[in-house]
Amino acid sequence: MIASLTPRNVVVAVLLLLLATVPIYAAVTANAFLVTLFTRVIILGMAACSLNLILGYGGMVSFGHAVYLGIGGYAVGILAQEGVTSGFAQWPVALFVSALFALLVGALSLRTRGVYFIMITLAFAQLVYYFGVGLDRYGADDGLTIRRRSQFAGLINLSDRTQFYYLCLVLLLATIYLIWRLVNSRFGMVIQGARSNDRRMRAIGFPTFRYRLTAFVMAGAICGLAGALLANHTGFISPATMHWTRSGDLIVMVVLGGMASSFGPLIGAVALLSLEEALPILIRAMAFPVFGDAAVRMAEYWQIVLGPLFLLVVLFARGGIDGLLAGARRG
Amino acid sequence: MADALLEIEGLTKRFGGVIASDSISLCVPKGELHAIIGPNGAGKTTLIGQLAGEIAADAGRIRFEGGDVTTLPTDRRSQLGLARSFQITSLFLDFTVLDNVALAVQAHAGHSFRFWRDARSQPELRTPARAALARVGLAGRADVVVSNLSHGEHRQLEIAMALATTPRMLLLDEPMAGMGPDESARMVKTLRELKRELTILLIEHDMEAVFALADRITVLVYGRIIASGTPEAIRANAEVRQAYLGEQEQRHG
Repeated sequence: MIASLTPRNVVVAVLLLLLATVPIYAAVTANAFLVTLFTRVIILGMAACSLNLILGYGGMVSFGHAVYLGIGGYAVGILAQEGVTSGFAQWPVALFVSALFALLVGALSLRTRGVYFIMITLAFAQLVYYFGVGLDRYGADDGLTIRRRSQFAGLINLSDRTQFYYLCLVLLLATIYLIWRLVNSRFGMVIQGARSNDRRMRAIGFPTFRYRLTAFVMAGAICGLAGALLANHTGFISPATMHWTRSGDLIVMVVLGGMASSFGPLIGAVALLSLEEALPILIRAMAFPVFGDAAVRMAEYWQIVLGPLFLLVVLFARGGIDGLLAGARRG
Repeated sequence: MADALLEIEGLTKRFGGVIASDSISLCVPKGELHAIIGPNGAGKTTLIGQLAGEIAADAGRIRFEGGDVTTLPTDRRSQLGLARSFQITSLFLDFTVLDNVALAVQAHAGHSFRFWRDARSQPELRTPARAALARVGLAGRADVVVSNLSHGEHRQLEIAMALATTPRMLLLDEPMAGMGPDESARMVKTLRELKRELTILLIEHDMEAVFALADRITVLVYGRIIASGTPEAIRANAEVRQAYLGEQEQRHG
């Protein structure tokens, strides 16, 4: 994070500047949708950063990471439904329950490797997903509307779009800083060593399991907090939040943006969610002069463009977008 | 033996129908360089695997400094001072040379639940790591990413990492595998220096190096010890000549 003028640092600086000014720009142009969109980008970026801790740095490909978004969200939703609206209660519960669940999943799944690890994390996520579907008292399949956002005794008003936006941004930056400190500490060297060569780690005297499990729990807890934010953002929580495709989205953000990079997951979240919004519009605009009204239906197939784009990044930029930017510096 | 550092008693390991270790008993006193030789498939690497704790023995005991370590996991044996190197290089290829060795130092510098301070700026890790690199002749390569090193340098780094764990005993699995004559000569020199302060169990195919370095030699064939003794005794042993050395002499014409 030494501030020199490399392409990567310039892009990150511009990105942060843009994120910091979104509410101002939205106010000037009277475009409230931008704040909503970027709040979502920031929250999912935070979730992606937490996944990066275990996937990028730790080499643990969790295919059920969205489950913590759901657990954090339900912690807020269920407590609100039962009359506990204080964020001082809701958010610690979201963190704690997510951490506890991660401890359970990690304790069992981290004894396996590769495809088995991926499948076990997926299986646990699916378990909670169907548990949510069966939660009749809390809306089951249809989900649960959260009428009041978390209350913080007048310190901050989350119902205010701008205040909420900046809170999310601060928490995202805190997360990025925390993970940066973490991965460069002794602890971080251990989890990266275990990614690189677990056998050698044990041969030189590290009981790697406990360190990997700790990282797994931390990632779950951070993602649980992102889930609490997401539930506040949408005012709604349903099992769909932790659908396995959402876990897949988080993996795409990390890989697209750049694994084991501080800002990579955020770049990935911005890229993926912006493309989701922009591609249909672009396709419609480009196809309309040729195909006329059919362009509207063509725009529904925007993922046909997104897929190959993702493929190109995976094939030709192994460090993701961040790796491309870092490579531009060297080359 | 009273001053035995490593005692192996009746160690046995079967893989299906193959007996990789056939009730091996061996005693390595403190300060000895003990070489294990034998043709390919004799079970040498399997023996190291069992001593390091990666392979569970079917029967038998392993005692280190008088304590039973037979069922201890790999990391605990490393903490007791039993360090191994790998025949097929096993390093952190995406780390720098110095980071590799510093991690080995860190493994023996208390627990690593330290989440905040930058590990790369801690002299208590970096200084011993640089010292270990200097001992194997890699001091000038500290900041190179390991995947960019030559094969010979990988072998040197293997030793440096084992050394950085401040071991009481080294288990070296073919440290000269794939090395050119110059690199081999340098490795022999390094091992000769290490021999003065450490107990070493050495597996090696390079007979010249083995006979130059070893205090005692054990010959393993099909998982069984057929002879054990001083280099002179082994050289004179008829059974060994037939089973192993003779075979090699014939091959070399």
